[in-house]
Amino acid sequence: MAITTAPAPASASATEPEAPAARRLAGRRRLSPGRALAWVYLAVVVLITVFPFAWMLRTALSDNFALIQNPASLLPVDFTWGPFGRVLGLQSAADAQAEGGSGVSVNLGGFVVNSVIYAGVATLCQVFFATLAAYAFSRLQWKGRDLVFGILFSALMIPGILTLLPNFVTIKELGLLDSFAGLILPGALFSAFNIFFLRQFFLGMNSEIEEAAMLDGASRLRILFRITIPLASGPITTISILGFITYWNDYFWPLLVANDESVQPLTLALGVFKQSSPQAQPDWAGLMAAALLAALPMLLVFLVFGRRIVNSLGFSGVK
Amino acid sequence: MTTERITAPAPAGRATLRPPRSSASSARRGDARLAWLLIAPSILGFIVFAAYPALRGVYLSFTDYRVLSDPEWIGLDNFVELGGDAKFWSSLGTTIYFVILTVALTMLVSVTTAVVLHRLTSSTAIRSVVILPFLISNVVAAVVFSWMLDRQLGIVNIAIEALGGDAVGFLTDKGWVVPTLALITVWKTAGYTTILVFAGLQTIPPQIYEAGKLDGAGEVQMFRRLTLPLLRPIMAMVLVLTVIGAFQVFDIVQVTTKGGPANASLVLQMYIYDKAFGQFDFGYASAMSLVLFAMLIVISFAQMRLLRASESDQG
Repeated sequence: MAITTAPAPASASATEPEAPAARRLAGRRRLSPGRALAWVYLAVVVLITVFPFAWMLRTALSDNFALIQNPASLLPVDFTWGPFGRVLGLQSAADAQAEGGSGVSVNLGGFVVNSVIYAGVATLCQVFFATLAAYAFSRLQWKGRDLVFGILFSALMIPGILTLLPNFVTIKELGLLDSFAGLILPGALFSAFNIFFLRQFFLGMNSEIEEAAMLDGASRLRILFRITIPLASGPITTISILGFITYWNDYFWPLLVANDESVQPLTLALGVFKQSSPQAQPDWAGLMAAALLAALPMLLVFLVFGRRIVNSLGFSGVK
Repeated sequence: MTTERITAPAPAGRATLRPPRSSASSARRGDARLAWLLIAPSILGFIVFAAYPALRGVYLSFTDYRVLSDPEWIGLDNFVELGGDAKFWSSLGTTIYFVILTVALTMLVSVTTAVVLHRLTSSTAIRSVVILPFLISNVVAAVVFSWMLDRQLGIVNIAIEALGGDAVGFLTDKGWVVPTLALITVWKTAGYTTILVFAGLQTIPPQIYEAGKLDGAGEVQMFRRLTLPLLRPIMAMVLVLTVIGAFQVFDIVQVTTKGGPANASLVLQMYIYDKAFGQFDFGYASAMSLVLFAMLIVISFAQMRLLRASESDQG
């Protein structure tokens, strides 16, 4: 396996400075029909990508009854914050009905909290344990290291379909159904990809500072927490973001183990909300407000870390 | 592995700095104890939630297991039953149809977009926008498209009618439902695969294109003769990823159609879920999971072989 060693995001962006130069040259050429066509294609792709988000926002700010009268308007119909109030349980039943709510009381606030706990704790545990393991697999010398690493690495070959049902049975036997522990435990302790990713980084990282600290008599653990982890904060942040996205969006596993509303994440609530909408007159405005709410943290992550995500995905792929 | 060489000199160097050999080896023994301590959580997680369930899944597929009573060994009965289960075969057909549509479109869109991006602009902003759908949940995508594709009020049908066409029951018509689900999936994942292909393109040295241009090759020719061959390893990887992902499609189907109308979108994973949690037939559901797993293995290996993924023409 040819693996581009370590400083992942750095190496991905390092190739960029030379590329733009070549492209600037190309850009100075006149706009040939082929290039114009390519730009049109790109514009269409961007439009198709973005339109559903715009439509989600436009609908979520509309009055659900008014939507029926004017379904094609590009702007919110009868602008109102009502749908957001409705799905957060802030709107009175009468107001909700007047604006086209289904009358079923929904309060997504609790589910948002559940999602934050689930995604937050699971990501934290997963990244923490992966960091410890990656350190042991890169900086420490011990017998059987590569063998154990190889065995753990083989887990990447085991797909979810094979383990989901037995894991459900295990969680059930442990009496952890409908609990955060049951939701979090299977992925929290061990993640082959994160261990692999961080190990690669540690291996490529200069160990001079750590060795100097060692000569000064610092213990291994102290070095790990005071020197190695701070030095690796970049890639650790990256896998944390990717982990948080995955957990926040997770649907299948919570669907299996979380039947109780007190622990259900937002994705489940959204699915239930969609399916319990009356067929004749669904509360589309409310649904879009709920969907936007579920997407919001990811949109924020995107705004703050978009560039980092793009670069790190590129790396994880080329590996 | 080349990476080993990087770490190897380190301990040796340290040992020379520490004259007494015994202290070096005791430090190493301390290292071993610490190492096992540090990997203990990972090992525990690996055994309990990866290795054991994988083996247990295989075992359960040879049993009659209804969760409430203990599993009972029935040999190959589940697999024999599977052979005569028309619903299984039709769901397999539906899944394969979905996979072919999804994979073909995803590859087409992501390679085209990546190449266009690569030739036109280095803007990270555009690449970030393209990745946007990858960041949101399948459930959100499913809900949004249910609305946009609604037969009466959905914007897509309104546009179709404005252009003089007839409204289409995208998620309610038997003929339309699978292609529609495939399109939603492509919207959701093509951005991610585009970025992967784009990263592959970035590894191609630009001089190659300069040389191609000097030899008088046009854009199309350079794409066919230079880009495609050099991109083969990463395309093989993206292909395998997409196929494996598409075979396990579930979330979007569960939220939009639950396998309907009249089982027209009952994909394998949906059927497995229904068997396990609708009918509590865990043995049978496990057997189907095992079959799906076996198919994925065979397909992945076949693809890797066909595309000679481990070799790059770059040498």
